[in-house]
Amino acid sequence: MTDSSAPTGTPVVEMRDISVEFPGVKALSGVDFRLLPGEVHALMGENGAGKSTLIKALTGVHPPTTGVIHLHGEPIAFDAPGQAQDAGISTVYQEVNLLPNLSVAENILLGREPRRLGHIDGRAMRARAKELLTRVGLSIDPGSLLGSHPIAVQQLVAIARALVVDARVLVLDEPTSSLDADEVAELFRIVRVLRDDGVAILFVSHFLDQVYEIADRMTVLRNGSLVGEYLPSEMNHIELVAAMLGRELGVLEEVQRRSEARAPGTAPLLTAVALGRTGAIAPVDLEIHAGEVVGLAGLLGSGRTELARMLFGADRAHTGTLTFDGREHRPRGPRAMIAQGVAFCSEDRKAEGVVADLSIRDNLVLALQAARGWARPIPRRTSDALVREYIEKLDIRPADPDAIMSTLSGGNQQKVLLARWLVTKPRLLILDEPTRGIDIGAKAHIQKVVADLAGEGMAVLFISAELEEVVRVSDRVVVLRDRHKVAELTGQDVSVDKIMSVIAAPSDNHTAAVAS
Amino acid sequence: MSTLALSSARFPQRFLPVIATFAVFVVTFGAGSVRYENFASGQVVANLFVDNAFLIVLAVGMTFVILTGGIDLSVGAVAALSTMIAAATLNAGWPPLLSIITVLGSGATLGLLMGLVIHHFEVQPFIVTLAGMFLARGLCFLISVESVSITEPAFREFASGAITLPGDITLTYSVVIALAVVLAALYVLHLTRFGRTVYAVGGSESSARLMGLATSRAKVGVYVVSGFCSALGGLIFSLYMLSGYGLHAVGMELDVIAAVVIGGTLLAGGTGYLVGSVVGVLVLGTVQSLISFEGTLSSWWTKIVIGALLLAFIVLQRLIVRRQA
Repeated sequence: MTDSSAPTGTPVVEMRDISVEFPGVKALSGVDFRLLPGEVHALMGENGAGKSTLIKALTGVHPPTTGVIHLHGEPIAFDAPGQAQDAGISTVYQEVNLLPNLSVAENILLGREPRRLGHIDGRAMRARAKELLTRVGLSIDPGSLLGSHPIAVQQLVAIARALVVDARVLVLDEPTSSLDADEVAELFRIVRVLRDDGVAILFVSHFLDQVYEIADRMTVLRNGSLVGEYLPSEMNHIELVAAMLGRELGVLEEVQRRSEARAPGTAPLLTAVALGRTGAIAPVDLEIHAGEVVGLAGLLGSGRTELARMLFGADRAHTGTLTFDGREHRPRGPRAMIAQGVAFCSEDRKAEGVVADLSIRDNLVLALQAARGWARPIPRRTSDALVREYIEKLDIRPADPDAIMSTLSGGNQQKVLLARWLVTKPRLLILDEPTRGIDIGAKAHIQKVVADLAGEGMAVLFISAELEEVVRVSDRVVVLRDRHKVAELTGQDVSVDKIMSVIAAPSDNHTAAVAS
Repeated sequence: MSTLALSSARFPQRFLPVIATFAVFVVTFGAGSVRYENFASGQVVANLFVDNAFLIVLAVGMTFVILTGGIDLSVGAVAALSTMIAAATLNAGWPPLLSIITVLGSGATLGLLMGLVIHHFEVQPFIVTLAGMFLARGLCFLISVESVSITEPAFREFASGAITLPGDITLTYSVVIALAVVLAALYVLHLTRFGRTVYAVGGSESSARLMGLATSRAKVGVYVVSGFCSALGGLIFSLYMLSGYGLHAVGMELDVIAAVVIGGTLLAGGTGYLVGSVVGVLVLGTVQSLISFEGTLSSWWTKIVIGALLLAFIVLQRLIVRRQA
């Protein structure tokens, strides 16, 4: 579709100066976006860049706070998803937003079901559903419950639903995230047919290869703002990643890594062989040695957290083996791993980490008490000494053990959370985004603490969205892309540029070696 | 309804809870038949419907609410209020038809108000309908603190009217009303968009909204249906008792919820069948009959048995859900 790349024709959808605000958050600010008939337009950006918000502004789920949307040249203002559907905008959302408790036919046609004598005509509905299922290449019983089918099938059912109305605009928000290669090919076949029929298709995907395969045009968002509109031909993978992450390639300077990279001659502390979880992360081989900081890099949604949770036992691995300290682990949940000396500092400190209404002392002691068992209370004197030690070591402010957590700044809460795990003297510390959303000073301090801990012989798995940070603290960097481990960088290769080029590289070069 | 589901090869799995309820009904009834000579008669079965007609109607309304994942604690109180309004208006000389319309209208209005509060202020249905329960009970005593007997002749005549079926089995008109309500509700739940949206909201409200379904109408609507059914149930109850009283139907909301849950409807919403709720009511009725046949057992044994059944069914549902996951 090379000819369609020129901005010809009047846009079907034109969104101008769109801002969306939620209480306390500006999710989108002043974004322009246009969609031409007969094009596949990729909307690119990291998670949180505002892609889904822009889509929801278009489809009436979260009407924009300011800005105008034109559809076929007419200004529109939807405030319910039904209205957008009636106007010919069909949407397939990121997660399968269907109803597992109803039949496949109902999921496809509910809201537009065929009627007879004023009531729903079940037979006609199943027949029509069957037709639409055939169009997306599915041959399942339309009367069966949606929930009885695998996610990939449900995803295709969602697309069949989008085809019910004669949509002029089709929004596909991450339609491929749960599909395998054959299913993606089938989906793209359908997408191309629709595009050639003149349907304007808005396509969101984290999979860069897929975007380059199908998109005629790309719009990049970052932090809720527009970066620009590009043609795939005028921007290569690396430039696209740079635009998404917000860095000029030339400015990316080599950062000095930690001086002496440990030469791990000893047996690794943790060894994962082909450890994987269906739908979360493809089988991964990984070794972590004592005294080593292993960085985990990749775009958001590349499977970083999923890998960490699986190593910790929070999510059960479906394939492969995990050996810790020479002993193989059956997947038995986090308690077994904690008992072995593995600590996991969650990325979501509000939901999974701190207890906001308790004091610093209480929060610190929680993990230690859990490790000792409830029957062995910790003497006040011991806890006092510990709390003081860690407040000092991590420079927690205020240095008052009885300060309530919710009154602390994000950075200090993060330090308490870190301290909470450190008091249990873990042998492997998994840090998932330990510095997200905290100020520079606290960030630097946490990075230094991580380096010191490794120096004392602790193994650390360090996850961060900030590549500079990963490069600064890590001895070795494992790069994930699209839920696959695509590279392991050591020595001079541990650099921002190198990581970015690995992330941006077309899959066949790297994945082939690791994927299977 | 059955055309939608029967075609599926997964028939047993989807209907497992309802089948289990039906099996419990057959077993309890069978046990009674073995133990007591006269138990297995058509009239005993008929009496199950006669004595529980109001409960069936209340259970219909409750099924709508629970299918959306909500709960309605006000049904017993609204039923009591209905007996009171019916008694007061009839005794004041209102024509029965006007009185009935007033009762049904006030029940539906109360339901509408609760539904609107639940939906627009995003308040837990538990709390809102608890408030509705207190309000309705209070209103009863505002009308009269005493029990008011109904003297209106036409109403009394209708109440004592009986239909004789072959085999000398007699039914009251209440049973006919209750069965008509069940049929109408089956139609609405399975063959109208409103009914399917009720299921959709229970399955996932956000998904249903994204699919462009009228979720707010369904969410509010179920409380209107429940309020209407409560009022109608109250009317049937007043036919049964021939009085209005603020202490009628105390705790009945819990019996109704128990019947619906025993009937296989998931409290989380989205899964369940109206037929199950009806059978659930019959199970409760059978347990009650059994205990009254026994004679020596006190009535609280009913509660103990219902409690045990409820527990068993909730665990059964849990197991089914877990196996599907």
